[in-house]
Amino acid sequence: MNAALEVRKLCKSFGALKVADEIDFCLERGARHALIGPNGAGKTTFINMLTGRLRPSSGQMLLGGEDITELGQAARVKRGLGRTFQINTLFLKLPVIDNVALSVAEREGVAWRMFRAANAHRGVIDESMDLLQTLGLAEDARNSVARLPYGKQRLVEIAVALGLKPRVLLLDEPAAGVPSLESHRILEVLAALPGDIAILIIEHDMDLVFRFARRITVLAQGAILAEGAPAEIAENQRVREVYLGERHV
Amino acid sequence: MTHSGGYVADPRFRAIEWLPWLLALLCFFVAPSYLPLGSYVLTMIIFALSLDLVVGYAGIITLGHSAYFGAGAYIAGIFAARVSTEPLTGLAISTVGAGLLGLLTGVVILRTRGLALLMLTLAITSLCLEFANKATGWTGGADGLGGFAIQPILGLFKFDLFGKTAYLYCLVFLFASWWLVRRMVYSPFGASLTGIRENDVRMNAVGAPVYMRLVVSYTISAALAGLAGALLTQTTQYVGLKVLGFELSGELLVMLILGGIGRIYGAFVGPLVYLLAQDYLAKQFPEYWYFGIGMILVLVVMFVRGGILGIVDAGIAKWRGASA
Amino acid sequence: MQDFLSSLVSVAFHGLAYGMILYVISVGLSVTMGLMGFANLAHGVFAMAGGYVMLTAINSQGAPFPLAVAGAFVAVALGSMVLERLLYARLYTAGELEQVLFTIGLIFMAVAVARLIYGALPQPVHLPEYMKGQLRFLGRDFPTYRVFLILFSIAIAALLWFGVERTRWGAMVRAAVDNRAMAQSVGVNTTRLFTLTFSLGSGLAALGGALGADIIAIQPTYPFEHLVYFLIVVAVGGLGTLRGPFVAALLIGVADTACKYWIPELGAFFIFAATIGILLWRPGGLYGRAAT
Ligand SMILES: Nc1ncnc2c1ncn2[C@@H]1O[C@H](COP(=O)(O)OP(=O)(O)OP(=O)(O)O)[C@@H](O)[C@H]1O
Ligand SMILES: [Mg+2]
Repeated sequence: MNAALEVRKLCKSFGALKVADEIDFCLERGARHALIGPNGAGKTTFINMLTGRLRPSSGQMLLGGEDITELGQAARVKRGLGRTFQINTLFLKLPVIDNVALSVAEREGVAWRMFRAANAHRGVIDESMDLLQTLGLAEDARNSVARLPYGKQRLVEIAVALGLKPRVLLLDEPAAGVPSLESHRILEVLAALPGDIAILIIEHDMDLVFRFARRITVLAQGAILAEGAPAEIAENQRVREVYLGERHV
Repeated sequence: MTHSGGYVADPRFRAIEWLPWLLALLCFFVAPSYLPLGSYVLTMIIFALSLDLVVGYAGIITLGHSAYFGAGAYIAGIFAARVSTEPLTGLAISTVGAGLLGLLTGVVILRTRGLALLMLTLAITSLCLEFANKATGWTGGADGLGGFAIQPILGLFKFDLFGKTAYLYCLVFLFASWWLVRRMVYSPFGASLTGIRENDVRMNAVGAPVYMRLVVSYTISAALAGLAGALLTQTTQYVGLKVLGFELSGELLVMLILGGIGRIYGAFVGPLVYLLAQDYLAKQFPEYWYFGIGMILVLVVMFVRGGILGIVDAGIAKWRGASA
Repeated sequence: MQDFLSSLVSVAFHGLAYGMILYVISVGLSVTMGLMGFANLAHGVFAMAGGYVMLTAINSQGAPFPLAVAGAFVAVALGSMVLERLLYARLYTAGELEQVLFTIGLIFMAVAVARLIYGALPQPVHLPEYMKGQLRFLGRDFPTYRVFLILFSIAIAALLWFGVERTRWGAMVRAAVDNRAMAQSVGVNTTRLFTLTFSLGSGLAALGGALGADIIAIQPTYPFEHLVYFLIVVAVGGLGTLRGPFVAALLIGVADTACKYWIPELGAFFIFAATIGILLWRPGGLYGRAAT
């Protein structure tokens, strides 16, 4: 089987509310996969379970064939799992470059060093700078994140995740709250990502989803409603009723 | 000037960073009658540095840092009273002992956050205080522990009546602690502590072992606090219950805030100003002194979060802006 | 055996009285922390102020006991309302560290003022004659005043429970503790709610400080010395509940009295150790929501 990430019978409840109901899911290697569904469907919760931020009530998760269900967040990141957050989760007061460098330093395993100056770690800094360059953020490297416009902050969010050189990247509404002009920039960035990274993207903007994804999964009330190629999903009657219909009226 | 560390911060020494050391040496020659107070200030600066590491950089808010200062102080006292009055061994053992206590308690309490953590730190120092109070056989209880004469350092430098040796002894260890803390602040480790303080959710998401890192920083900080406590015991040849409990923790926090938090030299300026003012004012007008300190604290929190050094920085920025 | 039973009853009784006082003082702290998320270390200041107001009224004005107690409640509730509007309210959105420092600053100031006015010694407590004797119950003597304390505190607890569970104000408090944004969006005036709740909590602390002056001596170091106990009650009980601090205060009152009676060489050691244990087991306290 050629799965980068696989999920079996994943369940999660908050009290009486079922937000994941026996989810079976598979992310292929190099996938461009979208996860869509109405507000409150449980998409973010799903990602939080994949990254180890939330514990599932039951079920199993495999990363590259290895069972990661019991592993903590750090261990999963080490195995190549990266994510972005729906709401910016950055070091607002720190310079943009530090946001990325902190992530790169963790991956390179230098973050425990106590005596050599951070500034002397040219490898980390150069790599972070390169990343910012590719995302068009080089000029802002020394500005604090808080001073960037929201659209650029969303790019920093992606840059921090890319600093981990993930094999599986989970993007939670990367263009949420970004004016459409700038959201094109984000789409460009995503389109240019290396082909061997498996990407799962949550997105409400159907334009973006249909341009980016080669496969779509629809989640509603914690359960998978449908899965297939974009054309199939667009045709699917139930999906139209539950989700697309509701948005396009 | 803020010494907040990170990947773009230039770690080289600025000329002005030698100023505290020059002043300290100057004080040694010019104001010999102030040396006992000076030694006390130096130990409190070490203690404040250790607190700055956890509160200012790692963002762990603690009301119980006196537990480690007190542990170091009592270990040094008990060691001198029962085992040996050799100073350097006593200092080493106290530092390691306080560090171990920091490790043990840190492992346990750093799993929690917010009010629970605040409470746990407070409970730990209260527990230590109660222990020292009741274990009179070891600690002398409310009477304290004294009556030991510390041997000359390395067999060469005798602790004299004027406190000259004691002052230099403290200065040397302050220098070492400062150097260590400064290195750490500018290192990747220090940067990651700042990251944890700013956003621990993100630090977890980039795969940082957040908990382990907090435990390590807490342990190092506890060891430094223990060193400061041991220095106090050895230079005054006495240790009493005042080295433990919430009051000392609170006072230290006040000193650090006064100087400026998360910027290394706040830990120098705060204790210096606080203790000098206390020495001058507290004996004559204790009530006004406490009232004034409380008032300043409220004002600092309300209006000038950066403390004294924050004001100085703002002043310099303004002056530069005006002259440009 | 007889002796043991007798000391058992005595410890339970005095522990109960102490616990009830702890409850009346701390319950306000629990509510303000749960409702506003404010780490108010200066809560003991209000208790101390209540004690001073009552004792001054009795000792130098010759006021009758009930009037003095009521005066303590009203004076401190009003005073704290002013403080809340002027200072506390500005720090609701600030970080924990700022709140901690600010309230430590208040403690310093309060301690200084208390010492300036009253000196460093504890204030003498003169109870009215009718509170002084002993009550005979089941063949034993119990100090009248302690019996009164227990009954009065139970009445307050009941009143509070009624207020929170059955009144409009209580419904608003509960809604705001659960979800402040939601409460605001359905039209709860949280600013006013906070002010009222804060001043009620401080007034209760004053009441506890005044009534308990006999047990916890009123002196300038009060807010520093007893803070640990108030915070323990809140933390062990859990934030934003009424039952939590009640149970915690009783546990602590009885356990502390028992320890000091039977194993004085341990002193308060056991209480602190137990607190650490409980908080590690349940970081949100006994009745608090699990910490996230
Ligand atoms: N920690 C929590 N405790 C209780 N309920 C929660 C928690 N987190 C999420 N929920 C609830 O679970 C449901 C799913 O939330 P989730 O954030 O996963 O939805 P989503 O699909 O990402 O929605 P959106 O498109 O709005 O981002 C929602 O009803 C939400 O209110
Ligand atoms: Mg979501």
